[in-house]
Formats: sequence, structure tokens, C-alpha cells
Amino acid sequence: MCLSIPARIDKINEDTAICTVGATSYQASLELLKDEQVEVGDYVLIHTGFAIQKLDAEEAEASLKTFDEFRTLNKQMDTEEQKTNKRLI
Amino acid sequence: MKYIDEYRDKEIVRLLAEEIKRTVTKPVRLMEVCGGHTMSIQKYGIPYLLPEEVELISGPGCPVCVTSRTYIDRAVAYSRRDDVIITTYGDLIRVPGSSSSLDKEKANGADVRIVYSILDALMVAKKNRRKKIVFLGIGFETTAPISAAGIIKAQMAGLTNFYLYSAHKIMPPAMETLIDEGVKIDGYIGPGHVSTITGKGIYLSIPEKYGLGVVISGFEPVDLMQSILMLVQQIENKEPKVEIEYTRAVKPEGNVKAQEMLDEVFEYRDDWWRGLGILKNSGLKIRDKYAMHDAEVQIPVDVEPLVEPKGCICGDILRGVSKPKDCKLFGTVCTPSDPVGSCMVSNEGSCAAYYLYNR
Repeated sequence: MCLSIPARIDKINEDTAICTVGATSYQASLELLKDEQVEVGDYVLIHTGFAIQKLDAEEAEASLKTFDEFRTLNKQMDTEEQKTNKRLI
Repeated sequence: MKYIDEYRDKEIVRLLAEEIKRTVTKPVRLMEVCGGHTMSIQKYGIPYLLPEEVELISGPGCPVCVTSRTYIDRAVAYSRRDDVIITTYGDLIRVPGSSSSLDKEKANGADVRIVYSILDALMVAKKNRRKKIVFLGIGFETTAPISAAGIIKAQMAGLTNFYLYSAHKIMPPAMETLIDEGVKIDGYIGPGHVSTITGKGIYLSIPEKYGLGVVISGFEPVDLMQSILMLVQQIENKEPKVEIEYTRAVKPEGNVKAQEMLDEVFEYRDDWWRGLGILKNSGLKIRDKYAMHDAEVQIPVDVEPLVEPKGCICGDILRGVSKPKDCKLFGTVCTPSDPVGSCMVSNEGSCAAYYLYNR
């Protein structure tokens, strides 16, 4: 029931956005985001025909960056473990 | 950035699994409250990626599952009136009532229409001014503000033939009750889209009063593994708190505009939950100010006496004390194509999730 999908805004007509998810086009009311600045190109979460939140690109990139650092660190540790033949953690 | 593919990275999931294994030192039971999480967890096989110390249990966060059969019976009674058109989200149509379902009534000629949004229901009301349009409003804090927006629109557009029949509920009372009842839970994977609306404030009593952590999670495998890691870290460090993993969609304060709309239209009432009974101030009733759009107030019907199905343990599953495979009916008498209980009907029900992905 609480299923929501991330969709990219392609067009805005007053209170309604035309969004795409993959190759499908959806209409979404922007009424619940009246207090937000929403622009073409932004991603929003759509739930039963309403955009309920704008997705935060900075936050998303920050969390993905953490994972990348995690991945790099893990690789370094793997290499070191192979070199020294000792488990680090 | 598409906000999906990035969070399905196999290698990150594997690394998170290793990190969870390194961190956990004792058995922990984590409850995913939300039915959407249950589906994702089973779909991606998350339990098989976790060390044996970490057990995941499903909670009461499937609206269709926790809703009383009496609600369906009343909707069935509405559908039998010639002057009523029922509009509903697809999940509800096959849910069994005491002796019928909306699906069966539709087959018998009732006007029952599946809509994608309450906006579609308003269009039906506009085109059928001589009929009463009853919209079945079901769902938690994610969906309730949208029903509120629908009622406000109906009021503004003078759609006096539009009525909402509310089964809307809110999450925190159920989360507290489970702990009060002694269900063994060491931490909650918090519902992502409910929290998009509410923010993190509604869960603060869980660490403060009960000493348990809540991590608000997204729905992709990386999100879920990361949230499980965050909870395990909280438990190991003995630092229960409310944290947000799903930061790209959940702000600490939530969506204030949506909260205002919900508050404008609804007030709290005591409500019945399958598996939990009547919980104080856990349901949402339409305020008197909007009573002209309240189906319960405006359209009286006789509702048949309640009959619960024998052998169905949906209530225990929703409380996290049983799993679908513990039920004798699971996969034999009760299947998604011929469901006995609501946990097998809904796309978010535990039984449906286990039947599809983990039989």
C-alpha cells in the first residue's frame, strides 16, 4: 500500500507533473509538495497519483560515496591480507 | 542517478553482509514493520545473506492485513446498494469478508471500480452525479494525507456525492503495543514511506521508553542491508536511537504540508487491528467539519455478522510470533489465487511474500 516509485519530472503544468519511470509516463499531483521548489529534471516519489517527496540528490550521492569508500577500503584490506597472509579483522 | 539501480549493487550488498557478520556477537530479532519491506526482503533473499544470529520478523505494516473483516463486510453492503459506486485500490477487491468479497459482488453485478488514485475516484464522482461514490480509504500515514487531499478537493469542487470510508491507521501505537505485549524484538526496521510523510519524530518513544532502536529504511537490497547493519551496531554499542538510512527520501521533519492536510481532515479514534485488538488512538476518523463526505455517517447500511475463518493464523503472523510456514493452511488450502486470510491476499502480506519467494 505504501509502495512509491522514484520518477523523473519531464514537464510541469500548474499543480500536475508529467513524470517518467523507465519508459512509462505518469501524471502526478504536486499538491503535497507545494512548500517545495520542484523543477523539471528533479526526481520525486510518486504514491497513488501524488508526488509525496522530492528525492535529495546530494543525500543520495553522499550515501553512495560512503559505499564506494567502503568498497575501496575493503579491497585494500583484501590485498593486504593476501600479501601478509593474515586476517586483519 | 536513477535512485534504483545504484541500490541493487551486488558487491555492496556482499560487503554489508560481511560487515554485519563481523559486528554481531549475539542473537538479535529485528522486525520489519512495513509490508513493502517484507516483500523486498523475501524477493531479494535477504535472510539468506545474514549470519544466523540475525533473525528478521515481519510486523503489522500491511494495511489490508490488519483491517477488520467488518470493514470489508460494510464495503460489500455498500456495493449492494443500487445508488452506490465503489472505488478502491486494487489490493482490497479480493480480500474475503465474512461471506463475500468485493470481487464476488462485482461478478454479481455491483459497480465496483479499481482506481489508481483518489483523483480517479473524484472523476467518477464528477461523471456520475446521481450516484453516491464511496472511496475505500485504506493505508497508513503515507496514504492518509492523499485521502485528505481528495476530500478537500471534493469539498472545493462541490462533489456532494463523494464519500470516503476510512480504514486509515497510524503506525506508532502498533509498534509500542508489540513491545508492551512482550513480543521479543531487539530493533525495528522503520517504514520508509510512512516516514517520508511523518519524519522521525513519531518513533522517538521507542528508544526513550523501551530502549530499542529504529532505523528508517529504503526498499532496495542495499538499503535493507545497511539498515540491518545500523541496527546491529546500535545494539552492540547499546545506543538505541532513531536513525534514517533512507536519507534521500526521508527528512527528519517529514513532509509538513502532507501532515497539515492529514490533520485538517482527520482526527484520531480507537481502532481494531488484526492480531493486536483495539489500540487507543490508532485509527483516523473524518472530522465533523467534513462529515458530509464521511460514508459511515452519511450512508447507513446493515452489515452482516462477523465470521472469522477457521485455522488462519494471520493475527499471530502480524504480531511476529508465527511465520507463514507455521500455518497449516499455507500453500495448501490458502494460496494467492484462493486466499483464506488477508495476509495471503495483499501484495504486502507476509504469506503472499513467502508464497512467491520463499516456499
